[in-house]
Amino acid sequence: MLLGPALAVSAILFALGAAGVLLRRNAIIIFMCIELMLNAVNLAFVALAQQLGVDGQVFVFFVMTVAAAEAAVGLAIVIAVFRHRETVDLENINLLRG
Amino acid sequence: MTPLAGTAADLVGLTILLPFLGFLVNGTLAFLRPRAKGLVTAVGVGSVALSFAVGVAVFLAVLGAHPDAPYVRTLWTWMPVGDLRIAAALQVDQLSVVMLLVVTGVGALIHVFSVGYMGEDPGYARYFAYLNLFIAFMLVLVLSASFPVMFIGWEGVGLCSYLLIGFWYEDEEKAAAGLKAFLVNRIGDTGFMLAMFLIFARLGTLDFAGASAAAPQVLAKGGGVATAIALLLFLGCAGKSAQIPLYVWLPDAMAGPTPVSALIHAATMVTAGVFLVVRANIFFALAPVAAAVVAGVGALTALLAATIGLKQWDIKKVLAYSTVSQLGYMFIGVGAGAYAAGVFHLVTHAFFKALLFLGSGSVIHAMHAAYRHTHGHADAQDMRNMGGLAAHLPVTAKVMWVSTLAIAGIPPLAGFFSKDEILLSAFTRGAQDPFYYAVWAVGLVGALLTAFYMTRLMLYTFHGPNRTGDLERPHLHESPAVMTAPLVALAVLTVLGGALNLPHLGTLHHWLEPVTRNAAVIAGTGEASTGLELGLMGLAVLIAAGGMLLAARLLRPEALVSADRAPAETGFAKLLLEKYRVDELYDRAIVRPLVGVSRVLLWKGVDAGLIDSAGVNGSAAVARGLGWLGSRFQTGQVGTYVVVFVLGVLAVFGTLMGLL
Repeated sequence: MLLGPALAVSAILFALGAAGVLLRRNAIIIFMCIELMLNAVNLAFVALAQQLGVDGQVFVFFVMTVAAAEAAVGLAIVIAVFRHRETVDLENINLLRG
Repeated sequence: MTPLAGTAADLVGLTILLPFLGFLVNGTLAFLRPRAKGLVTAVGVGSVALSFAVGVAVFLAVLGAHPDAPYVRTLWTWMPVGDLRIAAALQVDQLSVVMLLVVTGVGALIHVFSVGYMGEDPGYARYFAYLNLFIAFMLVLVLSASFPVMFIGWEGVGLCSYLLIGFWYEDEEKAAAGLKAFLVNRIGDTGFMLAMFLIFARLGTLDFAGASAAAPQVLAKGGGVATAIALLLFLGCAGKSAQIPLYVWLPDAMAGPTPVSALIHAATMVTAGVFLVVRANIFFALAPVAAAVVAGVGALTALLAATIGLKQWDIKKVLAYSTVSQLGYMFIGVGAGAYAAGVFHLVTHAFFKALLFLGSGSVIHAMHAAYRHTHGHADAQDMRNMGGLAAHLPVTAKVMWVSTLAIAGIPPLAGFFSKDEILLSAFTRGAQDPFYYAVWAVGLVGALLTAFYMTRLMLYTFHGPNRTGDLERPHLHESPAVMTAPLVALAVLTVLGGALNLPHLGTLHHWLEPVTRNAAVIAGTGEASTGLELGLMGLAVLIAAGGMLLAARLLRPEALVSADRAPAETGFAKLLLEKYRVDELYDRAIVRPLVGVSRVLLWKGVDAGLIDSAGVNGSAAVARGLGWLGSRFQTGQVGTYVVVFVLGVLAVFGTLMGLL
């Protein structure tokens, strides 16, 4: 039942997301990449739920809820940072440097 | 069972408790009601008088039982540590009872005298609090049954001495004198403590009774350990009893009130060293070399201090050096193994030297009062400002003459018998060890000087023309009865004290026999023939009388001028006046090098250089360096954190899946 291709797409999406998080400097894009990783995981959950039972599908809802909450809080922080410093480039945001 | 249990000897703790309670009450009053003089007097004098009464009861009990072994009354266990079990115990025997009577008896008289002498002082309550505390600690010292308990008293009297020397602490010089006494005594105390450690290491006990019993079995006679113990103990004695090389504190201690000089620095505390030698006599009997050192140091001190006393102008300084000198005689006695003679001189010296000091206190009191009347600023203690005082202070002059004759060694006064006994014992000891002949000869010269400087003091103070000043002279008055009564009582004791141990009767000698018996067996004692004894006695009288006559012929009180017009001394007299410059020598040879080494090596080198920079700042630098290294990871860049995070996750997964 298409398990192999589904997992392959999930892996590719996750890798893309991770690469974006690691390589990009814009906070908004990094956020979107995180969403991408979360949804890659969701896809893996759903695919595997076909064989391993309904638990995986239930988990997807939790992940989506957390992702929504995270997006809300995260975007609020990004807006606050932008208002303060007029940039969302993470290179320039290094208050915690030791 | 000792025959003393159940008698008045059980009350012995009360003798300490009473003055201590007096200290608590007077100490509290000093803060709350410093002006309540009546109450302070009642508590201060009353507690010591009561203590004396209890002491008499204890003495009568011992007299009735005459126990062979000391009666040890254990109050509680103080320090149970492993093998070491130290009880807070008091010991009643012939020796401690003698000391008990002297301390409380002379102490009570001096308390009474103080009522008059210190009457005008704003620190009246504080003074009596300290004095009561001193009596309590002194009794702990003499009644203790073990070295550590004795050490409490030993340190306690040192503390009181410090407090009372610096009683007028607003005067920087007096405060410094107190400090000096305290510091010099620390050197001696080190010896005392090391001796205690050695005794415990070798004998396993610190009780007097246990140590006396064990010492002859464990320690070889003349062996290194016995000698070391005895010498270390003597170092303690040299500090407390002002012997060479630690005598320098006592003359300075005269900065305290005169009754304090009489009580602490003449009659009781400074004799604690002699008492310690007698108490630990077994060690000195086992170490003939140490005993010879004791006698030799005693003789040298007696001579040296007597020569300094020849040229002092401060009346109290003369008496201070006289005390140092007389303590030297006591050490000659105990060093020669004549413990009873040493204790005998201790007792008679307590009488006549307390009398001399109180007499000088009476003189100073009168001089002060006269100068206060005229607002004069001359030195009230300088003999050059006195002269002819016998007409103004008749009672003081008479009792001072009694004690002068006693200390010079004129029969039948107390000092004659006790000093003669000491010189006799040194001479008989010479038959075994010729070294003691030298000690005896030095002692004899010291006796001549003693007679000389005491006669000088009396002539310059009480005879010849008066040099106080024409304005002051009408204000010179005899002290009140509260001060002269103790003087008269002490004068009676000075006259009769010799009866304690008359030659051939040897009452005190037999009385102390249970205490000194073991030591006498080990060390051996010589007996003097009656002819020799009489010959030496005659010689001693001759020397004493010679010294006094010499002084009377050589000195011209009428030629003396008052202190402010006196010419500067020259030559040897200057050296004597400056006390052989020993203080300066110590300052150059010990104090300054010590301060220098402390400053350069210990402070700048070890403390600032090693501990501060390497230790304190060094560990701080290490912590700071490690912190800097750690902070390199905190870039503040989210990207870096993510990279590390991803790498971490990969590592965890890799480990879990067994790839790494």
